[in-house]
Amino acid sequence: MATAATERLRNYLEAFHALGVDAARQPAWLRSLRDQGFARFCEAGFPTTKNEDWRFTNVNAIAQTPFQRARDARQSGAIFGDTLDACRIPGAACQLVFLNGRFASELSELGNLPQGVRVGSLAGAIAQDGASLESHLGRYLNIERDAFAALNTAFIEDGAYVYLPRRTALEAPIYFLFISIPTQHPEMTNPRNLIVAESAAEASIVEDYVSLGSGVSFSNAVTELVAGEDAVISHYLLEREDRQAFNVSTLRTQQARGTNVSSHSVLLGGGLVRNNVHPVLAGEGGECLINGLFIGNGSQHMDNYMLVEHASPHCSSRQFYNGILDGHSHGVFHGRIIVHKDAQKTDAKQTNRNLLLSDDAQIDTKPQLEIYADDVKCTHGATIGQVEENALFYLRSRGIDEASARALLLLAFANECLDRMKCRPVRDYLQDLVQGWLPGISAPAAGEATQTAEVGRRWEEVG
Amino acid sequence: MSLLEIKDLHAKIHGNEILKGVDLTINPGEMHSIMGPNGSGKSTLAQVLARRESYEVTRGQISLNGKDLLAMKPEEAACEGLFMAFQYPVEIPGISNAYFLRAALNAIRKYHGEEELDAMDFLPLLKEKMRLLEMDDRFLNRPVNEGFSGGEKKRNEIVQMAVLEPKMAILDETDSGLDIDALKIVAKGVNTMRGPDRAILVVTHYQRLLDYIVPDFVHVLVDGRIVKSGGKELALELEAKGYGWTEPASAAAR
Repeated sequence: MATAATERLRNYLEAFHALGVDAARQPAWLRSLRDQGFARFCEAGFPTTKNEDWRFTNVNAIAQTPFQRARDARQSGAIFGDTLDACRIPGAACQLVFLNGRFASELSELGNLPQGVRVGSLAGAIAQDGASLESHLGRYLNIERDAFAALNTAFIEDGAYVYLPRRTALEAPIYFLFISIPTQHPEMTNPRNLIVAESAAEASIVEDYVSLGSGVSFSNAVTELVAGEDAVISHYLLEREDRQAFNVSTLRTQQARGTNVSSHSVLLGGGLVRNNVHPVLAGEGGECLINGLFIGNGSQHMDNYMLVEHASPHCSSRQFYNGILDGHSHGVFHGRIIVHKDAQKTDAKQTNRNLLLSDDAQIDTKPQLEIYADDVKCTHGATIGQVEENALFYLRSRGIDEASARALLLLAFANECLDRMKCRPVRDYLQDLVQGWLPGISAPAAGEATQTAEVGRRWEEVG
Repeated sequence: MSLLEIKDLHAKIHGNEILKGVDLTINPGEMHSIMGPNGSGKSTLAQVLARRESYEVTRGQISLNGKDLLAMKPEEAACEGLFMAFQYPVEIPGISNAYFLRAALNAIRKYHGEEELDAMDFLPLLKEKMRLLEMDDRFLNRPVNEGFSGGEKKRNEIVQMAVLEPKMAILDETDSGLDIDALKIVAKGVNTMRGPDRAILVVTHYQRLLDYIVPDFVHVLVDGRIVKSGGKELALELEAKGYGWTEPASAAAR
């Protein structure tokens, strides 16, 4: 047992040493952070289903694949700008492209950003101004708890970096495209992203994971998002990689007083996907919205692990996840809420709704509330069902054929999540994308989209 | 040719026979009303006409414009000109009223080989019908029926009817739960829909609606059969005397 495990870790050891050579110029604090990450990863190993956090997701397929550190694909000339046009979100403030985890400046468009805003590669930021990153990078992520987080930390090399000065507001979204290029030899990337928003800053940030070509690849991304007082930040994750791809992503959000942070996830692609969202409401009066949609088919496995920590009084959190599962796909929603002792007047709600479209599709949904304060409001609810016959009949009675009516109801179900997205260009883009994913529907025209002003009210309605 | 012809209709749900031999003929241009006590089969009749599959027709025929209605799926019946305003309109979060109705109208237009309408052409049409029912423009983008009051839902049903322009419209207890102002608005909408080519069947428990929508014929449904038919004055008589006097001895002794 021990030798097999050691053998498996050998790849990672070799990769870690190779990175050590490449990244010899990284500052000492970062090398030390990486060393800690690697030590922790070796100690913990990949989790098994005996671990409660991984009960419904078996990562053996990841553990047993000998992943190499992804090669630098930037010089290969395999990609021309226009191949990526379909991926890009119209109306974005800037579009940064990462190839196999490394920033590809020639494919990126930096746009005109307000003064003081910095958007670029983490590697570049470390080289230029490593000292200012030291106080944030790796300070929030818990590598003890999650071996994937430790693995990512061990391999910090590049990723996206955003700095938003005090009171800056960006209306257009900041867009990051992460492309993995599968080869015959399975490769892994460990994108590491850092978003620092100073007080009262406002922005929307999109992370989009795609594959170029098909095959096995492993993307293990971590994003640390630090929101200063009264900052309003929305984060979007879009997973649409190849069906053979492994994708683990972790969003760790640190929210100061009066912040409003939303996390929106749309999972469409990937074979084995784990989506961790971990906000910590560390200051009074913070609000967080965790909104997600996952659509699985074939043998896709999509695991959503939410961990919302209420660490201060008067904070509210809302979780809404909708899943649509067809074929043999398997979905997981694990919604954990921890209310710490001092977090009085916490208001936390959680809703997970699922549609199973086939007999073989499966969903595991698990709420987990741990409440150590005595004056709190916490609710949770989950539903599992099929397309509602009553609604189907209603649409058919108006002349819409059964297949179209079904498709329309799936779109409606997806729209419940998409309608919560406030950043217009992103919402429009995702609506088109999801519509294409669900066959048989024509797009609503301008003026026919459902309005979003109702979101606040719907928050209250659910639960 | 009559528009709707129901002959000896028997239907059951969950094994219980609800309709026990209904005969009814409706011609273009006519306004009919079916009245009856709770549980008499009024809504079952409406649901069978709209082709809800959970109701099983065990005997009888229905023809719509000479075609066999019982062979049609719900969407085919709709495309052939049948419309039912639901007693309990369904909420569909995530789809806007405007998108839903354009999809419905285009499905029907396509069935008849007509060109589909784009949003530019459709929106003015929809707005016009909504004004008729005194619904303001914000209902365009609201999800279908979600968060609507009871009266708004019923008005929305009539908006749909006005947009889809059916030949045979059935209003299933459209008056229930409406206050007098909403009732008048709904009635006004229905009355503007009257025309020589269209027939309307109003299913109701109370005579109240018939003060505003005046029927040509009134039928009394009791225990799954039409026990009495007459003119509009029959509704007033029912209001005064109750349903008891129409019931045949066998049904009354139940």
